[in-house]
Amino acid sequence: MLFDNYQTDTFFDEMFAADGTIRPHYQHAANALNPLPCDEYRHKQAAVELAFMRGGITFTVYDDSRGTERIFPFDCVPRIIPSDEWQTIERGLIQRITALNLFLHDIYHEQKILKDRAIPPQYVLSARHFRREFMHFQVPKDIYIHICGSDLIRDHDGRYLVLEDNLRCPSGASYMLENRSALKRAFPDLFRSAGVRSVEGYPQTLLGGLQHVAPTNFNGSNAPTVVLLTPGVFNSAYFEHAFLARQMGIPIVEGRDLVIRDAKVYMRTTSGLVQVDVIYRRIDDDFLDPSVFRSDSVLGVPGLVNAARAGNVCLANSIGTGIADDKVMYYFVPKIIKYYLGEEPILAQVDTFLASEAKDRSYILDNLEKLVVKSANEAGGYGMLMGPWASKEEIETFRQNIIENPRNFIAQPPISLSRHPTWGDDHFEGRHIDLRPYVLFGENVTVTPGGLTRVALRKGSLVVNSSQGGGSKDTWVLHPNANTAPFA
Amino acid sequence: MTLDPTTRNARDQIKQGAQSTFMLSRVAASLYWMSRYLERAENLARLLDVNLQLLLDFETVNDETLNAHWVPVLRAAEEEERFFKLYEVADSKSVMTFLTFREDNPNSVLSCINAARENARQVRDQISMEMWEVLNDAYLFLQGANAESVWAAGACAFFDQVKRYSHLFQGITDSTFSRNEGYEFIQFGKYLERSDMTTRILDVKYHILLPKVTDVGGAVDTAQWQSLLKSTSALEAYRRFHVAEIVPWKVNQFLIFSESFPRSIRFCVEQVGDFVHRITNTPVGQFANEGERRFARFVHQLRFMTMEEVMYEGVHDYFQRVQKELDAIAEHMFEEFMYHPPVDTAAEIRLHQQEQQQQ
Repeated sequence: MLFDNYQTDTFFDEMFAADGTIRPHYQHAANALNPLPCDEYRHKQAAVELAFMRGGITFTVYDDSRGTERIFPFDCVPRIIPSDEWQTIERGLIQRITALNLFLHDIYHEQKILKDRAIPPQYVLSARHFRREFMHFQVPKDIYIHICGSDLIRDHDGRYLVLEDNLRCPSGASYMLENRSALKRAFPDLFRSAGVRSVEGYPQTLLGGLQHVAPTNFNGSNAPTVVLLTPGVFNSAYFEHAFLARQMGIPIVEGRDLVIRDAKVYMRTTSGLVQVDVIYRRIDDDFLDPSVFRSDSVLGVPGLVNAARAGNVCLANSIGTGIADDKVMYYFVPKIIKYYLGEEPILAQVDTFLASEAKDRSYILDNLEKLVVKSANEAGGYGMLMGPWASKEEIETFRQNIIENPRNFIAQPPISLSRHPTWGDDHFEGRHIDLRPYVLFGENVTVTPGGLTRVALRKGSLVVNSSQGGGSKDTWVLHPNANTAPFA
Repeated sequence: MTLDPTTRNARDQIKQGAQSTFMLSRVAASLYWMSRYLERAENLARLLDVNLQLLLDFETVNDETLNAHWVPVLRAAEEEERFFKLYEVADSKSVMTFLTFREDNPNSVLSCINAARENARQVRDQISMEMWEVLNDAYLFLQGANAESVWAAGACAFFDQVKRYSHLFQGITDSTFSRNEGYEFIQFGKYLERSDMTTRILDVKYHILLPKVTDVGGAVDTAQWQSLLKSTSALEAYRRFHVAEIVPWKVNQFLIFSESFPRSIRFCVEQVGDFVHRITNTPVGQFANEGERRFARFVHQLRFMTMEEVMYEGVHDYFQRVQKELDAIAEHMFEEFMYHPPVDTAAEIRLHQQEQQQQ
């Protein structure tokens, strides 16, 4: 039996309760997988990997001069979320994104939250991603965050916690969709009988949301012209850009394909210039427009910001959303929710200490070896100190950095992430996981039932990022009346 | 205010809401090059295959005859100079390695497949999943092969596989790709490359020296022409047309002038002309500019030329002229539809910063 001898150790395991019994919502899948001969399971795993390689579902390894492409490692055992747990996650995410969107609108207009001293103004005004240029700018339909991919983790007690909000260019939705189609091919019978909610509506909902924010005076035809702006084929996420564009049936463009005239955006086609109404941009603010932001950017389009400001094109996500997913602002999100919605946060988050607050700072500096320290503006697992596992030198370097630039750091107690059975060479072992669900803000706010479950494949590792040895799993959200009976 | 002067057709109207009827120039270029590079890879495989087979019919093979045999092949691929920078002598293995696996040779099978795939990767949203998978399979196949193993296992099967990938791609394109402007660029690229490569494959035979003058028309000569027909997949078609008799001038006539065989120069050039008209929207029989006029004249001439006239001009010279005409139309179409001079970013930044200050 494949799951014989599986150890949960002292961690919260998604599939097995502490007493070693299988949790009810995993019963059906476990019964299907458990009796498989090791060779057959291995064969299925290999078939999935080959399919990814053939399909070019790969990312580019940057520090490799040959531009080697790797597949994003995939583990065949799905991560399963029962319906009631998902409902809480869904409500919590909708609440959070609604509040953050109101926060962005406020920050770029009246700044009431700062005037009411609910948040100390210096934290907002000093943030690197605060775009002063966009004060009093009216974004279409008041939507700033069209696409959001928040990272959730589960702690020692299985409680879901928000780890960070990705409000700029969250990636990975294509892997959510590709993982699903790979798993359907690998275990068709299991999938059919398990009662899994579909994720396949994501591209259509995304397109609907993008069309929803088209300028009202768009070019006059039946539908607005929506394009996806990519940094290009050398970007590590290019596969995802092409995938999503193909799924939505919209052109994928690079900066050099666009030109701005009279504050309108045009793309250069074989039959002349064609006006663009909405841009799903996968380029960071800094590189978007060399005439406003970084002038050395060769990826952007000079004049694009001005066209957006003139209301002739809508950018998704809007410029300046980074202020709300700043790691320091994370500390204030519960207050933000309370301030704008008058509600208690539905989803908890990790306790956080701000290095710029004198009291917190001295606690951080006294307890560096027990804490996880993060720099405020880095993503992808970079710029972090994992206190309990760090060397003396690393700790001292961070100590100096924190003293010199406290605004740039926060600290959190390390969370013992939940684990999930994951295939090793010939047996299952527990590996730490997180969850990135995708929230879309169009006419309504919707959360795709599923998401990207990332796995830290290295034994004991807590880092799930694909750039640092992470893999992924298909994520199943079950129907309320899903089959938990043993698989027959 | 004037429109981007560097953009082709900027003088034309700005299309209003022309949903899905437009195609980015960059996309057109990528589809075109994807198609050309794959066809080139296939024809390089054919060229190498036929010449490895030709050698089998020589009674004695020494360094000198080998060199005499392979140098024309390198010349046909226009890679003679690069080759002799890397290798001392041209023998079967070195030429095979050079034209198949060298990544520093842009005209190797490997480089062409890589380039085709790279172009496909840039337009993955435009082509079908199946088209992409074939190109990716071909890429993975070549990444997994190397000169030593191919040489040991017999190169013939290897070249067959390369050809098969190309055929598979064409079939899949035929059955999964919409007949839109993108299709026209794919076909334009394919037939352009194929007509060019057919001239090169034919040209090589004229440079291969037979051991003795008396061998011309002899058994070896016939065997060689037969291999050549085979390498262009034309043997059966030729036999049906000429009933068994393999005569050099008839082989040439067939591969230059056949109006029905899909690898003959005439057939391919007519297809090129056809797709030029479809892309440019200029009615057949008319032309809108010098580039179109010149190519239309060339197509007409090809239709009404005879083998005697080719012989009179000199076969090698004629092939060179065909290549020149093909280059001219390729360049013309590229400039007209696929190329945008890079944006002068500094000037654009200045322009938009000025506009912003005036607000």
